[in-house]
Amino acid sequence: MAPPAASQRYPSPSQPSGKSEVTDLKSQLRQLAGSRAPGVDDSKRDLFKKVISYMTIGIDVSSVFGEMVMCSATSDIVLKKMCYLYVGNYAKGNPDLSLLTINFLQRDCKDQDPMIRGLALRSLCSLRVPNLVEYLVGPLGSGLKDNNSYVRTIAVTGVLKLYHISASTCIDADFPATLKSLMLHDSDAQVVANCLSALQEIWSLEASHSEEACREKESLLSKPVIYYFLNRIKEFNEWAQCLILELAVKYVPSDSNDIFDIMNLLEDRLQHANGAVVLATVKVFLQLTLSMTDVHQQVYERIKSPLLTLVSSGSPEQSYAILSHLHLLVVRAPFIFASDYKHFYCQYNEPSYVKKLKLEMLTAIANESNTYEIVTELCEYAANVDIAIARESIRAVGKIALQQYDVNAIVDRLLQFLAMEKDYVTAETLVLVKDLLRKYPQWSHDCISVVGGISSKNIQEPKAKSALIWMLGEYAQDMSDAPYVLENLIENWEEEHSAEVRLHLLTAAMKCFFKRPPETQRALGIALAAGMADFHQDVHDRALFYYRVLQYDVHVAERVVSPPKQAVSVFADTQSSEIKDRIFDEFNSLSVIYQKPSYMFTDKEHRGPFEFSDEIGNIPITPEASSDIVPQQFEANDKDLLLSTDEKDDNRGLSTTGSAYTAPSYDNSNISSQMQELAISGPATPATTQQSSFDFDDIFGLGLSTAPAPALTPSPPLLKLNPRAALDPGAFQQKWRQLPISLTQDCSVNPQGIAALTVPQSLIKHMQSHSIHCIASGGQSPNFKFFFFAQKESEPSSNYLTECVINSSSAKAQIKVKADEQSTSQAFATVFETALSEFGMP
Amino acid sequence: MMISQFFVLSQRGDNIVFRDYRAEVPKGSTETFFRKVKFWKEDGNAEAPPIFNVDGVNYFHVKVVGLYFVATTRVNVSPSLVLELLQRIARVIKDYLGVLNEDSFRKNFVLVYELLDEVIDFGYVQTTSTEVLKSYVFNEPILIAPARLQPIDPAAIFTQGAKRMPGTAVTKSVVANDPSGRRREEIFVDIIEKISVTFSSSGYILTSEIDGTIQMKSYLFGNPEIRLALNEDLNIGRGGASVYDYRSSSGSGVILDDCNFHESVRLDSFDSDRTLSLVPPDGEFPVMNYRMTQEFKPPFHVNTLIEEAGRLKAEVIIKIRAEFPSDVVANTITIQMPLPNYTSRASFELELGATGQKTDFKETSKMLEWSFKKIVGGAEHTLRAKLTFSQEFHGNITKEAGPVSMTFTIPMYNVSKLQVKYLQIAKNSTSQNPYRWVRYVTQANSYVARI
Repeated sequence: MAPPAASQRYPSPSQPSGKSEVTDLKSQLRQLAGSRAPGVDDSKRDLFKKVISYMTIGIDVSSVFGEMVMCSATSDIVLKKMCYLYVGNYAKGNPDLSLLTINFLQRDCKDQDPMIRGLALRSLCSLRVPNLVEYLVGPLGSGLKDNNSYVRTIAVTGVLKLYHISASTCIDADFPATLKSLMLHDSDAQVVANCLSALQEIWSLEASHSEEACREKESLLSKPVIYYFLNRIKEFNEWAQCLILELAVKYVPSDSNDIFDIMNLLEDRLQHANGAVVLATVKVFLQLTLSMTDVHQQVYERIKSPLLTLVSSGSPEQSYAILSHLHLLVVRAPFIFASDYKHFYCQYNEPSYVKKLKLEMLTAIANESNTYEIVTELCEYAANVDIAIARESIRAVGKIALQQYDVNAIVDRLLQFLAMEKDYVTAETLVLVKDLLRKYPQWSHDCISVVGGISSKNIQEPKAKSALIWMLGEYAQDMSDAPYVLENLIENWEEEHSAEVRLHLLTAAMKCFFKRPPETQRALGIALAAGMADFHQDVHDRALFYYRVLQYDVHVAERVVSPPKQAVSVFADTQSSEIKDRIFDEFNSLSVIYQKPSYMFTDKEHRGPFEFSDEIGNIPITPEASSDIVPQQFEANDKDLLLSTDEKDDNRGLSTTGSAYTAPSYDNSNISSQMQELAISGPATPATTQQSSFDFDDIFGLGLSTAPAPALTPSPPLLKLNPRAALDPGAFQQKWRQLPISLTQDCSVNPQGIAALTVPQSLIKHMQSHSIHCIASGGQSPNFKFFFFAQKESEPSSNYLTECVINSSSAKAQIKVKADEQSTSQAFATVFETALSEFGMP
Repeated sequence: MMISQFFVLSQRGDNIVFRDYRAEVPKGSTETFFRKVKFWKEDGNAEAPPIFNVDGVNYFHVKVVGLYFVATTRVNVSPSLVLELLQRIARVIKDYLGVLNEDSFRKNFVLVYELLDEVIDFGYVQTTSTEVLKSYVFNEPILIAPARLQPIDPAAIFTQGAKRMPGTAVTKSVVANDPSGRRREEIFVDIIEKISVTFSSSGYILTSEIDGTIQMKSYLFGNPEIRLALNEDLNIGRGGASVYDYRSSSGSGVILDDCNFHESVRLDSFDSDRTLSLVPPDGEFPVMNYRMTQEFKPPFHVNTLIEEAGRLKAEVIIKIRAEFPSDVVANTITIQMPLPNYTSRASFELELGATGQKTDFKETSKMLEWSFKKIVGGAEHTLRAKLTFSQEFHGNITKEAGPVSMTFTIPMYNVSKLQVKYLQIAKNSTSQNPYRWVRYVTQANSYVARI
C-alpha cells in the first residue's frame, strides 16, 4: 500500500514512514466509530494497538485524535485504557484537541464501574493543560469522596497533579485540608500513603511563601501523627513503608523512652527482604541515637548483619546501592567492621564499581589484627587482569602502610611489587614508596637500594617518573648513581612532555647539587639553562628563581630548596569531616552513592521533601574551598563521636608538623611576639577603620546584619561571656551537628587585622581576650576558617558556637552562629562582631 | 521518591517502552543514558555504575536478560528504592508475560503500559504486587512459545538434567490461561544456593559463603495458606562461633549467619518448630534469603600447576575432582584461566576418551577456557596445555597467570543442607491435590582457585 517514495526512504518494513499508514488507520477507525456490529471491539482493539505502537516508536499519530475519541464511546475497558494512554500523550501538544476529550472523560468519571471512574480521573488530571483546570475541580472533589478506594487513591494523586498545573486552583478548592483529613481517617492504606506524599510535596513548595503551610508541614512531624503512621506501618505496602520511615527520620523524639519505643516498633523491619525498607529503618535508628553514643554503637552492631545479607542476596545493582551505604558506615566506624573484613574481599566476577568500593572498605578497616590478611589479599589483586583494579589494589596497600600498621611487612610487599616488572605496577609502587618515605624516613635504606635498581627508561607515567626523580634528589647521598641518572634524564629534557616531571627534575638537580656538587654541577647547569628556555611558565619561573638564588648565595639556596625535613605525620584527607557528616545526614539517598552532599549535584527545587536540613543550601563556599580549609582536628573528633579509641591522642600528638592545621596553643610566646610585630607594622588609625567597616557594610546593603549593630556598639555588650569556658571538641562537634544555624552574618575585618592574620593564632588569642574561644582552625591565605565557642557567664549550659570564615583578600568575614538559646544569638553575634572589628588594633 | 521517567532499552539502545510521569527531564534522556552507558570511561571503570548523574538528572538502571530497565529523576531519592523498584517491575512484567525478552515486550507493550500506569502514578510507587495488579489490569498477555526461549533465564537451569520437572512451568504466565483452556494447579519452591569459594594456591579454603534464596511461584487457586517446614536443627546467628570440621559435619546442624523474609511470611512458629507460614501472592517472589559462612564441602576440587618448560614455553596442568555423590550430575561447567599476556599459542591435551569437553584459547583476552556439558559426581578430569610465548618471561610465572575460575550448575543438590521438610497446603474445597515442586540447585557465584 505504501507509495514507493516512502518505502525507498525507509527501507525497513518494521519502521514504516507513517504517513500513508496513519491515513489508512484514520479511515479504518472512522468506519468503526459508529458501528455496533458484534466483534467490533476486537477490531477496534487491533487498530488501537497499531496506533499506540506507532506512537511508541515515535511516529506522529496525533492526526487520528478525533477518531480515537469517537471510538472510545464503549464499555470495553481495554479500549478505554488504550485511548486514555493515547490522549495523555498528545493532549499537551494539542490543547484544542484535548477539549474534545474533556467531555467524554468527565462523563466516564461518573461511570458505574469504579475502575472506569478511576482511570478517567487519572487521565483527566494527566492532561497537563493549564486552560482545562476548571474542569478538574469537580471530578476531583467527588473522586476524593468516592466510596471506592481505587478511585480515592487516584483522586489524591490527582490533587497533586492539579497543584502542579495550577497551584492557586488547588489551594482555593481547599484540597490540602481534604487530603489531611483523608490522611488521618481513611481506611485504605494506599489512600493514606498518597495523601502523605502529596501533602509533603505541596506543603514543602507552599512553605516558602505561606506560614500556614510551614506550620502544616511541621505538624506532620508531631508525635501523634508520627505514632499514627508508625503504629500501623505494617498495613502499608513496602514502598509506602519507606515513605513513612523517611518521615520518621525527621521526627525529634521527646525523650529516650520515645526513642526506644520507636526502635522496638521498627526492629523487625530490619529483616525485610526489600533493601529500601531496611535502609530507611537503619536511617531512623542512626538518627535517633545520634546523641546516645553507646546505643548508637549498638545500632551499628545490629544493622551489620542484615546489610551484609542484602549485599549478597540481590542483583549486582542492588548490592552496589547497599554496599555504598556500608562503605559510609565502615569509614565512620571502621573498628566495628574490623572482624568482617572477609566480606569485603573482591570476587573475580564482580563489576569494577563494586570492587572499587570494597578496596576502599578494606583500606578503612585494616588494623593491627587483620592487616596481614588484608594486605595478602590485596597483593593477589595486584596481579589482576583488570589493570584498573590492580592499580587500585596497590594504592590500597600503600594507604594501609600509611596508616602505620605493620609497616615492616608492607614495605617488603611493596618492594616485591617492584620485582614484578609490570610497568603499571612499578609506576603505582614508586608513587607509594615516595609517600612512605615522606612519612617513614627510617625506611629509606631498604627502599632506596631497591628503587636504585629500577631503570628510569621503563617508567613513562609522569606521576611515577616524578616520584622517582624526587627520590633521586632527596636521597642523592645514598644512591651512588643519582647524579648520573639525573643527568641522563636532563639530557632528554626536550623529549619530556610533562611539565610536572620537568619541575621535579629542576628541584632534584638542585638537591643533588647541594649534596654532591662536583658530580652534579654539569647536570644542574644544563637543567637551569633548559628550564629558563622552557615555554612552560612555571618551569621557566622556577629555573629562573633557582638561578638567581644560587647567584645570591649557595647556602641560602640550600636552606630554601633543601631544608631538613620533618616526617609527614598525616596526609591531608581529601574530604572534610563536615562534608562527610552532611553525607551521613543524607543517608539513604544519592549523596551516599556519589559521595557528595546533595547541594553539589541537585538544584534546590529538586532536593526533595526528604532533605534533612535547610542549612545545606546556605553554604556559599565551594566544595574545593571548604575541603581545603576545614580543620583537621575535626577528623579525629569525628571518629570520637562514635568510638573512644586511644589512637586519637596519638594523632593529636603527631599533628604538630608541617600541616597547615593546628589546634590552638597559647603557650607559644614566639607567635605572640610575631603577632605584635605584624600588628604594629600596620598604620594605627583605629577610629577611621571602625568607621570604614560600617560604611563597607552599608555599601553592600546588609541591612539585616548591620542595623542593630550601630545602635548597640556604643553601649557595652549586653551579653556577659564566661572567660574560662570549656567545651571538649567532641561535644562541640555534636552540638554543631544538632543545632540549626540561628544566624548568618557578613562583616568586614580591618586591614590591620588582615595583616595580623598571617599568623592565624593571633586572631585566636585576640578572640580569647573577649572570652570567645577557638576550638579549631585551619586554612591558608586567602581563606581561613575558625570554629569558636563561648558560654554565657551566668549559665554554663548556654553555648554559642560560631563558624567564622575570613577571606583575607576581600577583608570580609562570614560568621554562622548556632546557639543553645536561640533568642540571644543576635546579642552574641554583636559581641563577636565587635571583638572581630577590634582585631589588629593596638 | 519521585520517579520522573521509566524506560526499557534493548541492548542496541532501541526504545522498547517509555513512560514519562513528571515531565521534568528534558527530551533525549534515553539517548543520553545509552551513550553514557556504552562509552563509560570515568574513574578507570570499564562498566557504568547502576546510578549516575548527567546534567542534574539521575539515571538508575538494572540489566535484566540483556535489557536496560531505567528510571530517571531530578530528586535526591533513595537509591535502593529505585533499583529495587526497577527489579520489581521486571519481575511483575515477567509474571504477566511468562518470558521476559525483547520479543515478548514488543508483542505486549500495551499490556506493559497498562501495568506501568498502575505501578507508578505521577512518579510515586503505588504497588508492585502481581496479586493486587491483577484486579486493575485487563489486557491479556500474548504468550511466546516456550520453544523460542533462550536459556538465559535463571529458570532455564531446571530444564536440563532433571527430567522430573516440566521445564516450561516457570516460564508460564501467572495470569494467562493455558492454550488448552485449563490451568494446572501447582506450586514451585526452589532452593537456590549461590556459592563463593576462594582456594589458596596450596588448596586451602580462604573464604567461602553460601547465598541462598527460597523462591516461590504459586499457581494455586484461591490463595490457600501454606506451611513450609525447614530443618529442625536450623540455627540463625553465629553466636557460639565454633570451628566446624566439614569432614564430620553430620549432626552439627545448619547455621545461618543471617536471613530475611518476604513481607507475606509469618514467623509465629518459626522459633519453636522452624516453619514459615504464608499466603503466597501470585507471581514469583523470594520467601527467604539467607547467608551462610559455615564451612561446607566444596563441590569441586581444583588443582593447577604452571611450569616453565624452556625459554619460550610453559605447561599448565589443571585437575578437577567432583566431590559430590555419583547420582548427582553437574552441568554447563566452564573453567577459565588468564594466561601470561605474551602467550602466543596454546595446544591442549585432554585425557584419553574424553567426551563432551571443549578447550579454547582466546587470543585477544589471553584466556584459557575448558568446558564440559556435564560432570558426574566422583569423576576426575585433567587438562594439559602447552603454552608458547612470544617473548622471554622474567620473574615469577605464577604471578603472570591465573587465578582459575569456575562456573557450574548442580541441580538437585545443595551444599548447605538446608531442606524443606514438607510443604503443606491448607485444605481448600475447590482444589484437588495440587502439584508441589520442591527443587534444589547449586550454582557457582565466584569459585576461584589461586595458583
